[in-house]
Amino acid sequence: MSPRAPLPLDLDTPLLVAHRLTKHYGARIGCEDVDLEVFPGEVLAVVGESGSGKSTLLALLASELQPSAGRVCYRQDGRLQDLADLGEAERRRLLRTQWGFVRQNPEQGLRMAVSAGGNVGERLMAVGERNYGTIRREALTWLERVEIAADRIDDDPRAFSGGMRQRLQIARNLVTHPRLVFMDEPTGGLDVSVQARLLDLIRSLVSDLGAAVILVTHDLAVARLLSHRIMVMRRGRVIETGLTDQVLDDPQQPYTQLLVASVLAA
Amino acid sequence: MTCLAPAPHLPGVNAASAVLRVAGVAKTFTLHLRDGLQLPVVADADLWVAAGECVALGGPSGAGKSSLLKMVYGNYRVDRGQILLQAGAQVVDIARATPRQILALRRARIGYVSQFLRVIPRISALDVVAEPLRDEGVPAEAASQRARALLARLNLPERLWSLPPATFSGGEQQRVNIARGFIASRDLLLLDEPTASLDASNAAAVIDLIRAKKAEGTAVLGIFHDAAVRDQVADRIVDVTRFGASA
Amino acid sequence: MSAMPAITYNFAYLDEQTKRMIRRAILKAIAIPGYQVPFASREMPMPYGWGTGGVQLTAAILGVDDVLKVIDQGSDDTTNAVAIRGFFEATAGIATTTRTAQASVIQTRHRIPEAPLKEGQVLVYQVPIPEPLRFLEPRETETRKLHALADYGLMHVKLYEDISRHGHIATTYAYPVAVAGRYVMDPSPIPKFDNPKMDDCPALQLFGAGREQRIYAIPPHTRVVSLDFDDHPFEVQRFDRPCALCGAENVYLDEVILDDAGGRMFVCSDTDNCETRRDQGHVGALGTPLPEGMKP
Repeated sequence: MSPRAPLPLDLDTPLLVAHRLTKHYGARIGCEDVDLEVFPGEVLAVVGESGSGKSTLLALLASELQPSAGRVCYRQDGRLQDLADLGEAERRRLLRTQWGFVRQNPEQGLRMAVSAGGNVGERLMAVGERNYGTIRREALTWLERVEIAADRIDDDPRAFSGGMRQRLQIARNLVTHPRLVFMDEPTGGLDVSVQARLLDLIRSLVSDLGAAVILVTHDLAVARLLSHRIMVMRRGRVIETGLTDQVLDDPQQPYTQLLVASVLAA
Repeated sequence: MTCLAPAPHLPGVNAASAVLRVAGVAKTFTLHLRDGLQLPVVADADLWVAAGECVALGGPSGAGKSSLLKMVYGNYRVDRGQILLQAGAQVVDIARATPRQILALRRARIGYVSQFLRVIPRISALDVVAEPLRDEGVPAEAASQRARALLARLNLPERLWSLPPATFSGGEQQRVNIARGFIASRDLLLLDEPTASLDASNAAAVIDLIRAKKAEGTAVLGIFHDAAVRDQVADRIVDVTRFGASA
Repeated sequence: MSAMPAITYNFAYLDEQTKRMIRRAILKAIAIPGYQVPFASREMPMPYGWGTGGVQLTAAILGVDDVLKVIDQGSDDTTNAVAIRGFFEATAGIATTTRTAQASVIQTRHRIPEAPLKEGQVLVYQVPIPEPLRFLEPRETETRKLHALADYGLMHVKLYEDISRHGHIATTYAYPVAVAGRYVMDPSPIPKFDNPKMDDCPALQLFGAGREQRIYAIPPHTRVVSLDFDDHPFEVQRFDRPCALCGAENVYLDEVILDDAGGRMFVCSDTDNCETRRDQGHVGALGTPLPEGMKP
């Protein structure tokens, strides 16, 4: 099956723009004054230690959290639209068509009591696909793309290993060819050998689809392999940002230098 | 220390018409983990490379040759000065370019052969080599064909082509790296010790490749540890020590 | 005569304020076909699962001139049906019947009568679980949002799972329907055989879930569509034989075990329909003609 034609996009205008995005939890800072732009087809890594605010930022960008201040705009039909102005229906439509969200824990991103095929097919059915054969074929194609054997299509994810579950979650998210995918530590909690396979898969699928990705990770090696640009967060603020290899090979901030020095061969 | 003066070997070529012009570039590393220790790299680098010529960076190790190459590639930041690249009708200052501009230059204008191949898990040598062409939009089959030809020319055993290079020897990895750097046509090609881990016959193949690139009009800026190799490809040698922070 | 004073109930057991509250919920349910309206379900003198939702609806709509029929799985004479009929005879003093055609209000558990319903009739369903999405999404806050946004992909996931596991849509009862092109609704555990009867039905259909405190409705002549796939269209059960007693075809049959030797027969689930046909002289393979004197 040939992939659907990608949406015509102006590659030089941002897909998602955040302006002075801030989230406070009472007196505690979730994230503060974050500005960012993500362009079509671009992979942006947000790195930092746990508690640095990167997951809060991701939830704000995906409009799963309400910001305390600032805003997030998404480009649709040629214009940037403030996500706060979107109704719940429109927001959900985005989430199941143009957006994807790959969670660290696949149990949160999958329906564990529904078969692999049903998990992949759900987004298709949600956008109105009503031909069982088509849904089935598309599910098989995607299982193959994420290297899950065709004969597992009717098994439910409870019977899958951690790596398989994560690959299934990726297939479930990419089946509608989203323009923007949020990923929260997608390889966290997996064995190193399983991680390598998953990273390679994410890398090739994202580049085939031309999807933009906002990737949250504490693992600089993951950021190096997958991302074009990187943002380093500490205590809720962005302290350094730039081309991924430039930030990792020539870090400017003391904290970034410490992060880079703390890992082997990132 | 031999230092050849720039020679007007290409008639009609000068700094104004160069593909690359480095002007007044300064760079100092600040090591915050070592109490803010300052490591000056270059204080005032000036050089240019014209289309079809090969400029070798000279000077002892630690003089900043690799760092300069990395600044031109956008891998290291620049404190001061300009790195101007003629990109078609446009001139881009790499020292001030946005990350997306630098990525676009790398996709279309600048090639870089580092000393070591950064391996990507599970990607075959053939695909590693073909990738820059694929990124340009060359069809898979044509890109693969070119990659095969290059790997054959560099004497990489055919049985290795379909394997990921992670398990290859240093010399084998370096030949994959060279093939990847040479496969696409770029306005500017940066070479960091391309023949360092190669035997004489493979080094000779690389010399041929560099000459072919020059003939195509590519501007080449390189570091060549091996004087014999350097003498066969370089039109000029620019001594980096004269850019030194102490100078 | 007993020394105890006679216990007097308000008409149809519930007090008038409660009935007004329930009627308001019914009106809202009729105004928004298929939408589950919350209501303050009362304790009834019977356990949950015995039709407390249906009984409250019936109590709220009964008038003195109404004629009530109560069926359970199509039968007028099961314990549940007899008890509810007796309940309203005692508390409302209204007339009851087993004849579908003669009833103005029919309370039902798990069936729609075979005889076509008419304008002016009200069919009251007893509903155990009103939420069709619950099987896949247990969070009520989430299912309410899905209804509000008509986000019904999940409903098809259930049907997809059926086909992938059984080769066909194996859901045979409580088969989900889309009402008036908007809300997806659980028609209560009626066999999907009855689903087509809900579409464009001249009678008003009311659904009451006592434990779950929900009321929903299908106004007369509303479009009711059973969900399906283009290549796996909705189909009703087919029976390869007629009723053994009355010979009726295209009706829903129950299996009846006759002896310990594996003998069995298939007979109308709707006892009123079966008796009416036999009264009219129809005889099935195992049926016996009514004695001459009992014929109408």
